This record gives sequence, structure tokens and C-alpha cells, in this order.
Amino acid sequence: MPGPMKIRATLKGDYTDIRVLMSHPMETGQRKAQGKLVPAHFIENVTVKVNGKTVVEAQTSQAVSRNPVFAFRVKGGSKGDKVEIGWVDNKGESNKTEAAVA
Amino acid sequence: MDEGRRVILRSAGATGALAAALAAGLLKPERVLAATWDKSAFRQKDVADALKSIGADNAVASKQVMLDVPEIAENGAVVPIEIASHVPGTKSISVVIDKNPFPLTSRFDFMEGALPYVKLNVKMGQSSNIRVIAEAGGKHYVAMREVKVTIGGCGG
Repeated sequence: MPGPMKIRATLKGDYTDIRVLMSHPMETGQRKAQGKLVPAHFIENVTVKVNGKTVVEAQTSQAVSRNPVFAFRVKGGSKGDKVEIGWVDNKGESNKTEAAVA
Repeated sequence: MDEGRRVILRSAGATGALAAALAAGLLKPERVLAATWDKSAFRQKDVADALKSIGADNAVASKQVMLDVPEIAENGAVVPIEIASHVPGTKSISVVIDKNPFPLTSRFDFMEGALPYVKLNVKMGQSSNIRVIAEAGGKHYVAMREVKVTIGGCGG
């Protein structure tokens, strides 16, 4: 069950700053709990869309920290633009959320 | 009977199209496979193999690739890195941590409208070089910094 996600998108002069926080264990598959390896469980793909257009496609591995935080920048933009970010992990779980540029 | 033959021909045509798409994918993986996960590159255990698998084995060192990392990371589980490429036409940025069990950490493809910039937190098992590879116009440009880790973030 994917946890909450948060986006903050702010217009900063000639670019828009997009910050996203995702709740995910990002298990490496190398950590042991009670003597047993915890299976790898991590986000593999992140997609960032602005007003329905894909601007960034990310591929991530188990080496991204737990509860990943990313910052991206897009050229220009205006207040009210719709920013949509989604992720899919190696178990096929996914989540997405959206926010308006402030 | 004829119906069955049509079905077979149709599926044969579909397979052919798929093969063609795959062949195109091999030539230009960054475009065709952007939405997938490059398993072969992410599973490489050796830094040289990882660089080779993303086509960056002879990347040129460039001061136009900016990489901001802490000199000393107290906690290897959360190492903040900030990357910006000033190489004109940068299409993608990859992050490679030499001494991690799987060096390739992440890859970001930037489409029209995005600036080649990203900030994220990564895990480091031990002190290591971090390389950032920017791809522009079919060429690869690299920046490298060393980060010392006091407590590793990959084990248990």
C-alpha cells in the first residue's frame, strides 16, 4: 500500500522549481532483519508531467534513499500549471499525485 | 479455415513489427526505452561495466557538468547530491557511485521544457567517487567528486 506523496511547485523567475516527496521503503535487497534478507523493493520509474506533457523520465535503483525526495526544474511556467508526478516500483505498485504551480 | 490463416499472418506481422521496434531500441535505447527500466545497466556490479552499459566508458571530463556533494557524509543512507548540466543540448543525466554494490544509481531523461537539473538523496555503502554523466548530442560528459562516508548506508 503506497504511502502519501507531496509535491511543491514554485515559480522562480524564469523557471519552475518542482519538489516531490514520496513514501517508499527503498529496500536494497541486502539488508537483513532477523537473520533473513529483506527482499529488494524500490521505485524503478518516476515520471514528471507539466500540463499533461512529460518533461522528465527517471529510472531509479535501490541506491536512492528511503522516502525519496527529488527536485526538478522546468523552463518558464506560470501559476496554476498542473504538475503531475507518478512512480512505479519493482513490485508493480504505483502512486501519483498532482499540484498546481504556486 | 481461411480465418485461421489470417490470424496467423496477422500475428506474424505483429511479431515482425515488434522485432523492428527492438532493433530500433538497440540503436537508440534512450529514446525508445525511456519509460522502461534498463535492467542490464542497473545490475552491473563493476563500475567499468556499468559505464560501458550506458555508453559512457569514454566520457569526456567536463567543467560544464556541475555536481554538488558533501565532502564528508556522516550518514551513508542519505547523501544529498545536486546536479546541473550546462552542456548545450543535454538529454540525460546518470549517476554512478563507483563502490556501491550496483554502481548505476539513477538516470534522468529530460524532454522539451525541462532543465537538465536534478537534486536527490542517494545511499553509499562506503567512501567512493560519485560520477555524473551528462549525455548531449550522442556524446558523454562526466564530472566526478569523492565523498567520504563515516557510516555506510547499504548494509544491515
